[in-house]
Order: sequence, then C-alpha cells, then structure tokens
Amino acid sequence: MNKLWLIIKREYLVRVRKKSFLIVTILAPLAFATITFGMGFLTAYMTRNSTKQILVKDDSGVFKKYYKQKGGNVYTFTSGKINELKRIYHKKGYDMLAYIPAYNDDLENLKVKYYSPKKPGLSTLGKVESDISKSFKEYKIEKSNLDRQILDKLYVDVSLENAEAIDSQGDKTGKVSLIISTALAFVMGFLLYMVIFIFGTQVMRSVMEEKINRIVEIIISSVKPFELMLGKVIGVGAVGLTQLFIWIIFIPVILSLAGMFFGQVPQNGGSMMGMESQINPEDLKQFPINMVIHEFFSLNWGLILPAFILFFLGGYFMYSSLFAAVGTAIGDDQGESQSLIWPITVPVVFAMIIMFNSVENPDSQLAVFGSIFPLFSPIVMPARLPFDPPIWQVGLSLVLLILTCVLFIWISAKIYRTGILMYGKKLTVKDMIKMTFSRN
Amino acid sequence: MIILKIDNVVKRFHKKTAVDGISFEIDKGSVFGLLGPNGAGKTTLIRIITSIFNADEGTIFFNGEKLNEFHPHEIGYMPEERGLYKKMKVGEQLLYLTQLKGLSYKDAKISIVNWMKKFEMKDWWNKKIEELSKGMQQKVQFISTVAHDPKLIILDEPFTGLDPVNTELIRNEILRLRENGATIIFSTHRMEQVEEICEDIVLINEGKVILEGKVEKIKEDFKEHKYKVEFYNSVEESQLEGLDIVSFTGRELIFKSPEETESNDLLKFFIDKNINIKSFAEVLPSLNDIFIKLVTE
Repeated sequence: MNKLWLIIKREYLVRVRKKSFLIVTILAPLAFATITFGMGFLTAYMTRNSTKQILVKDDSGVFKKYYKQKGGNVYTFTSGKINELKRIYHKKGYDMLAYIPAYNDDLENLKVKYYSPKKPGLSTLGKVESDISKSFKEYKIEKSNLDRQILDKLYVDVSLENAEAIDSQGDKTGKVSLIISTALAFVMGFLLYMVIFIFGTQVMRSVMEEKINRIVEIIISSVKPFELMLGKVIGVGAVGLTQLFIWIIFIPVILSLAGMFFGQVPQNGGSMMGMESQINPEDLKQFPINMVIHEFFSLNWGLILPAFILFFLGGYFMYSSLFAAVGTAIGDDQGESQSLIWPITVPVVFAMIIMFNSVENPDSQLAVFGSIFPLFSPIVMPARLPFDPPIWQVGLSLVLLILTCVLFIWISAKIYRTGILMYGKKLTVKDMIKMTFSRN
Repeated sequence: MIILKIDNVVKRFHKKTAVDGISFEIDKGSVFGLLGPNGAGKTTLIRIITSIFNADEGTIFFNGEKLNEFHPHEIGYMPEERGLYKKMKVGEQLLYLTQLKGLSYKDAKISIVNWMKKFEMKDWWNKKIEELSKGMQQKVQFISTVAHDPKLIILDEPFTGLDPVNTELIRNEILRLRENGATIIFSTHRMEQVEEICEDIVLINEGKVILEGKVEKIKEDFKEHKYKVEFYNSVEESQLEGLDIVSFTGRELIFKSPEETESNDLLKFFIDKNINIKSFAEVLPSLNDIFIKLVTE
C-alpha cells in the first residue's frame, strides 16, 4: 500500500509541478471564456453583416406593393431594363439583383430569377424567398376578400409544458428544467469523453516513457507491475480531478468577471456543444435567474452526483487501463502506438455520437442501449442522468460497467506485465491476446 | 553460508526454454560471476531472482527461506538496460527508488546523501537527469541500486559505457561493499573483468549450466601445461630441440610440456644448455579461452 502511494504521489507531483500543467489549467478557462465571448461577438457581427442590399425589378408589382420593410434585407425597386440592370447592379453597390416576372393569378409556382456576383448563402436565398412569398400571401388574402381577423384566429400557438412542474412551480418551470437538464447532459457526457481521451492518453504516454527509458525494469524489481500500473492510473486520474476542480471554481468566476466587463453573460455559449437546437435564447430571457437556480437545485442530485462520480471512475479506469496496455505494446518508437489506439478510439467516438442522440431522445432504444452497454455507458449514461432514467437501468449499467472495468484491468495488467519488458519489438494485437491468456 | 540457492529452475516462453533446470549456490560475501553469451538465459534468471518473473519449475532460496515478496527489499538490481526518469531531479529520483525498496524517507535521505558525498556529487541533488553526462548518470544509477543497503547486489554488465576512471570507482565500491558483507552477482560476457573481481563463477549456455566453481580451480582444470619463458639473449631454435614449441620469437618462448613433468625439471633443461632465463611462468588459460572453448563445443 505504501509503495502504491509512493507511485501515485510521484505520478501526481511530476505532472502537477510541470509548467505546462499550470499553463493549461489557467489558460483553459481563459480560452473557454474567450471562445464563448468570441462566438457571441462573432455571431452578433455576422448577423449585422448579413443584411443584403437587393435590387428588385418587380414586373408583377406584388412584392413592391405588399412588402413591409422590417429589418433584414434592404430591397430597392427599379423599373429599368433587365439587361441594363444586370450590367450595373453590382457597380451600384447591390449584392443581388432579383427579377420577379409578371404574375398570373392562376400560377402556383413563381420563378424569381436572381443574379449575384458571388454565391449567396442559403440563408440569404431563404430570406428573400420568404419575403417575396409573404408579400404574395398578403396579395392573395386581399384578392380573395378574406377577413384578416378570422385568419389571425386560425393560428394557435402550441407549446408543451411539464404538467407536474406546473403544479408545483407555476407555468414555466417545466421548460427551464428541460433546458437545464439538456445543458447538464451535454456537459457531463462531453466531460467524460474529454477525461477518457486526455487522461487515458497521458497514462499511455507515461507507460511508454518508462518502457523507452528502461527504468521500468528497476521499478518492477521493487513493486509488482500491477501496482505500478494501478498507481499510474490513479495518479494521472488525480491530476485530472485536480484540474477539473480548479476549472469548476475558475470558469464561473472568469465568466462572471467577463460578463461584468461585457455587460452580460452571453447566452449562446452553449452553441459550441450543439445546443442551439435545444435552447432558444429567447426562452431563457423569459425566466428570472432565481427560477433557473431553483430548477438547477431541484434536479435529482441524489442520483446524478453519485452516479456521475461512479461512471466517471468506471469509465476512466476501464479506458485508461486499456491505454496503459497499449503503451506497453510499442517498441522503441512512440509513433508506433497510433495503429494500436484505434480499437480504443472507435468505441469512445461511437459513445460520443450516441450521447448526442441521447440528449435529444433520452428514452430512445439507442440511448437505452448506449447507456447500458459498458463500452459506451460512461459517456452516454451521464448524459441521460438529468432526464431521470429508470433506476434499474442506472443500476444495471453500473454493475456491467464495474464488471467490465475489473475484466479490462485484469486483461491490461496481463498485457502490461509482459509487454513492458519486451524491448525493441512492436507488439501486435495477436501478441496481446496471447499475453492475456498466458500464465506468466 | 549460502545466501542464494537456485534449485532446478525452469522458465519457458511459449516454445522456447530460456532457463532449463539451472541449479547453483552462492556463498554469502562473495563476488559471483554469472557468465554466458548473449541469449544464454542470464537476464531471465536474474529476473526470476528479482521476482520480476516467476519460475515455471524449481525453487529459489534466499538466506535459507523460499523467495518471498519481502526479499526484493534485500536485493539491489542494476539491469543491463539502464534507465532513469530524464526529467526528474537526481535527489527526488533516488529518494523515490530507494523508498520503493522499503526505506523510510528519512533513512533513504541519509543513505543517499552519504553516497552522493562519496561519489563527489553533493551539488547534483537538484539537477535533472537529462542535464548529466552519461558517466554521471551511471553513478546515479549505481547509487539507486545500493542505497537501500541490500544484502545481495545484482549487477548486469555494470561497466558498459563507463570510462576508465568511473570503472575503477565502481569496481572499488563493489569490492568495498563485499567487505561490508554484501554478496555481489556480477553478470557479464566480459571475461577479463570477471577474472579481476570474481571468486566463483557459473557459466550458462542455452539455459543450462555448463561450468561452475572457483575461478582458480577452473583455470587449473583447464590448463594445458603451457609455459612461457623469456630470455636475456636471443636463442637459436636448434638449442630448443625436444620441446613442443607453441610459439617462439628468439627471446620469448611458449611451449607445452608433458603433464607429469615438474617445473624444476623444465628449468633444468634451460640451465643445462646455459641459456639465461629472464622469466619463467606457467601459462594458465584465460576465462575467455575457456568460455569460447566451451560455448563453441
């Protein structure tokens, strides 16, 4: 035990004392803040610049009459000849020339031609189409003598709300809860994905370093190879936890400071993780901050927190022990590890894809399978936790994960024990399977 | 008293038998040579002694006890493939390795500081290994092997890569450690070094012991009754008629005598012919000769 502690201590201190650790730990939250605010400002800038100047020759006269300018593209109407207009529109500073042909009321499909020096974006085309289409709708309503008041009554705004939440908290909390759950699901799933990759790779490098340095033979003449591997995995894991802990404290602090500096905390920060489809910033603005905080704390933390920690540990130990085994498989060239990493990388990437899907459909068959299958569960299940998955699924997933974790550590230890002393020869997957079943 | 007894040890890797029923004993306080060509099974045997590998068959006794998990603390091992953590500082690294051998922080520090003083490297405590020359690194490696005051020290090719000054330094330390009661296993294929410091040897080839015993006794057993004579003046070959000459240069002669002949009778041969002898000595085979003879047989 004392020796295991010595190994953990060394692995931990060697990394924590490095300048690069300090730099990454401090710079990462800054980079996070910079990216978040950068994205915010970039989006704002892009939106401002997405306004196009469009010259329109409207032979139908409908668009000119019925279009109501309300921000967005600026349309300038002209009656010049189309050939002449094609020649001059760009020189006069227009981004596009649109030609609406004469309109016959029986036509259901109107073909509007456009000219543009550069390829316009899909959103620009969509906006122009929509603007023209709306004008024609107005024209047809008027032409058909329909009562506008009746027409307005035809539209019903439907929104789904959580009945249980409404009963206890008023009418908007269901949506807040969903938004918070979604954000939390992404953060937890993504965090585990990062932890497995970043720290698993560190374990692998550390094993490779000892093998290439040849110090490993001295160490294992004092301790069992399993102790060395375990010490390494725990030590590197502790570095990861330290870093996470620092970030958990620092990121909100930096975000709030930056928020104060810039006036408000941007709400599109989550878009980096693909949350834009889930969260409408407009929705967030409707909810007072105390309601958000209340909802955040009323999540089922009694399940989420311990389960997250267990999946974190299970996932990290399972994958990092495999990374350790791969670390021993290389000969004397660090580059050789690349071809052996893919059997580990593929399930992690799959898990990540399933995780994205699970956030949108937490109870889909794929999500349930992904969150129980042990190679995927450390990434997928944490992303389902905020959506209150059935407790038996969490339990089954954990049992399977722990069993697989023990099995993988056992296999890795066998490969590790033999692999670390095989100098100058790159091991193949076949060699590693042989080692797993060999007695010594 | 026996410190290490190897009893019919076998180790197989897949189809290859690396150690094939090896048995020998090592006396406490001796410098013992474990010899053999590359691939003979020396390193595998050492790894079994240091508990890195388990033997498939046979038993090892350390100080009369069956080898157990506490014995590695009493063994210091310097493998042929040396290695240290390049980015770690000398002091930190030695403390780590010595503590892994079971010493407390305090005891480890006292021992390491003493050794560093002895090797005149007091100021290196905070230097990183990568900042040291190869010779300096070898000294650090040697300290890491002996700082926990082991009863048995196993040195696999300890002089590889050392300059003559450091070779002498380490050689003297090996002898001094023996005087203080440690037993040293010296594994090598460099025979001249073995002759200088080992009292007993075992020669392994293809996983089996092919020769063992005291160095002097082995040399005696393998001697070919050759003698070397140096003369003050040049001698005519005709004067040496009757001798089985191996080589002759006028002033130096090596010849082979019949087994039962006494050296005094041989000397008499020259005195009777009034030849002035500068030196006369029996030529014993070097371990290298014996080694090559046995291994190529």
